[in-house]
Amino acid sequence: MTATPAPAPSFPHRHLLGIEGLTAAQITQVLDLADGYVEHSRRPERKSDLLRGRTVVNLFFENSTRTRTSFELAGKRLGADVINMEVQASSVKKGETLIDTAMTLNAMHLDALVVRHAESGAVKLLSDKVNCAVINAGDGHHEHPTQALLDALAIRRRLGRLEGLVVAICGDILHSRVARSNIHLLNAMGAHVRVVAPPTLLPRAVERMGAEVHHTMKTGLKDADIIMMLRLQTERMSGQFVPSIREYFYFYGLDYDKLKVAKPGALIMHPGPMNRGVEIDSEVADDHKRSMVLDQVELGVAVRMAVLDLLTRPARAASAALSGFAP
Amino acid sequence: MIAAPLTPPGRTAYINARLLDPATGLDAPGALLTEGARIADVGPRLFADGVPSDVKVVDLAGKALAPGLVDMRVLITEPGGEQNETVKSAARAAAAGGVTSVVCLPNTDPVIDDVAGIEFINRKARDVKQVKIYAYGAATRGTEGREITEMGLLANAGAVGFTDGSKTIASAGVMRRVLNYAKVFGRPVIQHPEEPTLASGVMNAGERATRLGLTGIPREAEIIMIERDLRLVEMTGGRYHVAHVTTAESVDVIRRAKARGLAITCDTAPHYFALTENDVGDYRTFAKVSPPLRDEMDRRAVVAGLADGTIDVIASDHTPRDQDQKRVPFSQAAFGVIGLETLLPLTLELAHKKAVSLLDALACVTCRPADILSLPAGRLAVGAAADLVVIDIDVPWTVDEDAFLSKSKNSPFGNRPVQGRAVRTIVDGRTVWTRQEG
Repeated sequence: MTATPAPAPSFPHRHLLGIEGLTAAQITQVLDLADGYVEHSRRPERKSDLLRGRTVVNLFFENSTRTRTSFELAGKRLGADVINMEVQASSVKKGETLIDTAMTLNAMHLDALVVRHAESGAVKLLSDKVNCAVINAGDGHHEHPTQALLDALAIRRRLGRLEGLVVAICGDILHSRVARSNIHLLNAMGAHVRVVAPPTLLPRAVERMGAEVHHTMKTGLKDADIIMMLRLQTERMSGQFVPSIREYFYFYGLDYDKLKVAKPGALIMHPGPMNRGVEIDSEVADDHKRSMVLDQVELGVAVRMAVLDLLTRPARAASAALSGFAP
Repeated sequence: MIAAPLTPPGRTAYINARLLDPATGLDAPGALLTEGARIADVGPRLFADGVPSDVKVVDLAGKALAPGLVDMRVLITEPGGEQNETVKSAARAAAAGGVTSVVCLPNTDPVIDDVAGIEFINRKARDVKQVKIYAYGAATRGTEGREITEMGLLANAGAVGFTDGSKTIASAGVMRRVLNYAKVFGRPVIQHPEEPTLASGVMNAGERATRLGLTGIPREAEIIMIERDLRLVEMTGGRYHVAHVTTAESVDVIRRAKARGLAITCDTAPHYFALTENDVGDYRTFAKVSPPLRDEMDRRAVVAGLADGTIDVIASDHTPRDQDQKRVPFSQAAFGVIGLETLLPLTLELAHKKAVSLLDALACVTCRPADILSLPAGRLAVGAAADLVVIDIDVPWTVDEDAFLSKSKNSPFGNRPVQGRAVRTIVDGRTVWTRQEG
């Protein structure tokens, strides 16, 4: 494949730190571009040289094989040099590492920095200190924008639209960056969002973000088109936020019985990794007609390719201008 | 006055002043005479017939002359945190802010919970010789909230009150004993009101915290602790002062308690009437304070509380933090903002906005805190210490963190346009600081 000569319209944000603040048109721009990359990724020859000579660093302060691999594949399929850095936040004094690492990486002239961190706002802090594009791969309980974008792409490819759909996000909303990014995105795109959880797993004033609050699956899933299940972390299961796994699964675990009130054929999503028998029943999780979990994984790579493409456009345009009509 | 100072009793006349004495309600043109360390005379007609030739004359050209400010809530991180602030740097910052009496919190390292700690501050303050520095003694050993300190000995050494500073005296049983025991020595107990099991978050609980994915501190954490303490005050008859009131309900609870005759007092800090949780913006750690910035409704209630006198005092809650403690992710950042150099302009802002009268606003930073802590300060009275501030009340300026004399620069007010500032600060009759123009 040859390098794209005509510069495509650029994206008006330097970084992708969150979905909050993106317009429907900007979200659509990412999704449209990602659609193209889905087809591209399905070809036998998947590699492009769009980002040849560009450097993308995956800087992960928190373990995540899935997201890191997805970003790594996305960068490599675009021809970039991708470097993975895993920093154990516990091994060095917290905070210092973040700024110091940012300054160090900045001195190495990167094109894009993909960051995951356990603290909300850490990626924003880092983005203030570097010159390259920064992509938030999940910061604390704040946002995980590429997850919401890939969820949206998955829905759009199955149902053709997002507008007007009833989407129920179920489980640990309180600690979920996926939920927050999805609430922003689905609202921007005109979907109707519900959050379904016990009050101990709901943040205050979540309704003001544009989500209808439900405390039971029966009302929360009623006539839903899409059911998004969230992972409940083990350490939160025994008495701190919910009394036990048994009780949580009984009331909030997704099984065929609870699914009955949803729209016939309602689709099920999960950002992974799933806790079978905690938030989701194994049978439902493996139901190929309803579960979109594998679609989500596939589309994740395409969405991240689209984001890398968009955010590196200004830098690529600048170097194209510099090199003039170089062959 | 039979004062016989060791140094010759220099006499200085401050003429053409706008005298502002909140304690007596005086707001009139006039003059003030200092003799040595004391105010020798003051009034609208003083020197109407001219100033005697042996008196040094300072012509204030219509600028205001008020009692020096008393800031009853300042953290000086010496000993243990000299990288953030020292007694010396805090004293300089205070002088530049028109503050002539500083009362420091015991949250140092080690904690000021014994006589040696108080004496350390006393000695440092004497060495620095710029403004007056008083100290609170910890209410409990190590501010750990378990055993009461040697309050009597601390009081004898100069402790002006008892508090665990930025830590709440959480146990009701301990608080009961603290209130009961402190009574003997006539010193107030100052509480940081936050129920700790509810206050484990990093900013105000609400929509903003939810959007930012930060753990919230509910307003109820403060309200519950104040309500509990008021019961204990009624039970013990202790002297109680609530530090930095931030919520509408807290103001209400205190207003009602005062109405039924409970002898309690309280303060707030400028950031609680000048900012809201929205100022946290995109994780601005300079807006991370304890208790947290609340919402607009609370902010207005705090202003109303100041206007009707429910809130007695404005204290800066000056908490110096260096870059290492603030340039980190929000949850990991230290709480606190500096305030010695912005206390006066932000207090004046209330008057400029006509939310509180000028004299009432100034009372909050002069005579009222002095009265609560029985400090010989805060008044333009004959015989009182000549601790004064000359204020250019209306001059507009923009807060610039880099210009602060405080060793730390963690102010959330950088670039804020304000009006009014100290131009000369006088302690014991001696000018300790003058603003250089330009």
